[in-house]
Amino acid sequence: MSATADLGAYLVFFLVVALYYALLCLGLNLQWGVTGLFNVGVAGFVCVGAYASALLTGPSSPDHWGGLGWPVAVGWAGAAGLAGLAALLVGAVTLRLRHDYLAISTFGIAVTIQLVALNFVRLTNGPFGIAQIPRPFAAWAGTPVARNALYLGLVGLVVAGTYGALERLVRSPWGRVLRALREDEAAAAALGKSPARYRLEAFVLGAMVMGLAGAVYAHFVGYVAPEDFLPILTFQVWTMLVVGGSGSNRGALVGGVLVWGLWSASGAMVAQLLPQAMQARGAALQVVLIGLVLAVVLLRRPRGLFGEEAVVSRHVEA
Amino acid sequence: MTWLPYLVDGLLLGATIALGAVGLTLTYSILGFANFTHGDLITWGAYFVLSLTLGWTALTGTGLGRLGPLSFGWPFLAALGAAMVLTGALGALLDRVLFRPLRQHGMQIVLVIASFGASLALRYGLAFLYGPEPHYYTREIQLAAPVIPGLSAVRATPDQLFVLGLTAGLMIGLHLLLTRTTLGRAMRAVSENPTLARVVGVDPQAVARWTWLIGGALAAVGGAFVGLTVQIRPWLGFDLLLPLFAATILGGVGSVYGAVLGGLVIGMAEALAVPLVGAEYRAAVAFLALLGALLLRPRGLLGTRE
Repeated sequence: MSATADLGAYLVFFLVVALYYALLCLGLNLQWGVTGLFNVGVAGFVCVGAYASALLTGPSSPDHWGGLGWPVAVGWAGAAGLAGLAALLVGAVTLRLRHDYLAISTFGIAVTIQLVALNFVRLTNGPFGIAQIPRPFAAWAGTPVARNALYLGLVGLVVAGTYGALERLVRSPWGRVLRALREDEAAAAALGKSPARYRLEAFVLGAMVMGLAGAVYAHFVGYVAPEDFLPILTFQVWTMLVVGGSGSNRGALVGGVLVWGLWSASGAMVAQLLPQAMQARGAALQVVLIGLVLAVVLLRRPRGLFGEEAVVSRHVEA
Repeated sequence: MTWLPYLVDGLLLGATIALGAVGLTLTYSILGFANFTHGDLITWGAYFVLSLTLGWTALTGTGLGRLGPLSFGWPFLAALGAAMVLTGALGALLDRVLFRPLRQHGMQIVLVIASFGASLALRYGLAFLYGPEPHYYTREIQLAAPVIPGLSAVRATPDQLFVLGLTAGLMIGLHLLLTRTTLGRAMRAVSENPTLARVVGVDPQAVARWTWLIGGALAAVGGAFVGLTVQIRPWLGFDLLLPLFAATILGGVGSVYGAVLGGLVIGMAEALAVPLVGAEYRAAVAFLALLGALLLRPRGLLGTRE
């Protein structure tokens, strides 16, 4: 394979993963940026979505439940649906808590979900994970590169569609209520809007996007395991959203792609600069960098790249 | 009576959680935010002790020493003391560089998110410096012996008994600090009513600094305990974060005695859950306790009504 073909293959891979993170950021932005819900359990909803799709569409196995072999589209719908259901249960119980308690609770929920994925072997196959998750376009495409390129097109459509839908939602009356609740709950309640219901809706919708992202990931890699959904994923997404600018869907997209780019670039640099013996440890430096980026952005430019735009309505150019 | 052997495990875990929870509850109430970095301060404490003891061994050729039946001697204790100072300083540095500049935003959330970043940097910094594999202070294996006459099922190693004893001593010392010293009273004042405390002339900067120094020192002891009785690895403290928050909230944010009580309760609950639901789901026990506290009694067992 020529160098440019290699580069092209890598670019496709890079973009698919970047869009996966962008999707996660869009979900978190709806929950946190627009509605002010401090969700530190992102990894949990991604895990639910990824496993749901894997178990609905994968091959059957005597070791664990599922493997129904259903079409990928059903898997993706199931992923979003199940993640939404999980969010409904979680949200009904915890959204009433104040910010910091919600953060700690959602953190705990994600840890517990990962624990279940790791130990409930009959359901999830435990630490061995689910393999042979069907990849779309595998039958049509000749080479893995072609298959990935087609997948990139599909994911691009999904992200574009989600972005469009979320942009409309934010500018709609529903979106305005969410932002009103975030700023001044008493005033919004005085206008007759039920805070609990709107918040729950936003929480569930955001989680559905995260579940869908999980399915996107699962069907790209073809394999999911509990260690793919550790708290580090949550903190990565938070960094991405803060860098891009919470409150802005555009910021969510850009933040996801940018920080993933930073991660990849730092990984390449670490591989170049460190001696062979230290390579395994080098990956740790990438995370240190992410932590530092988050701290620096908060210190220097807390609103991130695209901050929050004041939006009145989609009928009015603000 | 099959749960008796888990009693010592529970007390030990409870002691470790209590030490961390005390620091966490202090920063939570005095500095006003949920600090996700606290687990990693515990880990850094354990690694400080490791580096100091390794350095000592390299310099002098002697080991950790022996004090009676314990697996260590004065060199280890000296390293522990130094690590307490270093970890406290690390916490104070973190505050100076990251949290204090952000406090002017006035929003707790910004501090919490910042603590995510600091937590990542600290934890993976250790993974880079020492590698992800576990380390140990000593390769000795101690035998557990019965400690309560008549109850031979309750067994503990000498190191474990030392841990429990030192924890009790530190808690008494902290109690004396909080009740008998000016600093202690200032800390309690800021914890209950920051504005009023300032009116009376309490210096919030000094109180903040001492909160980190004390919290960090206790965290270091907790880390050293885990390192001594289990193993040292970069995720040591972070894995304790959920139990720490559970203990802090269960005991009541701002109450040191609550943190100790909460720590013991969570530790015992986790250990006693092992024969019931298996060791895999231990962390879930802490989470359930946390959720129960938040939903049923948010001010905790010993906290004051908000």
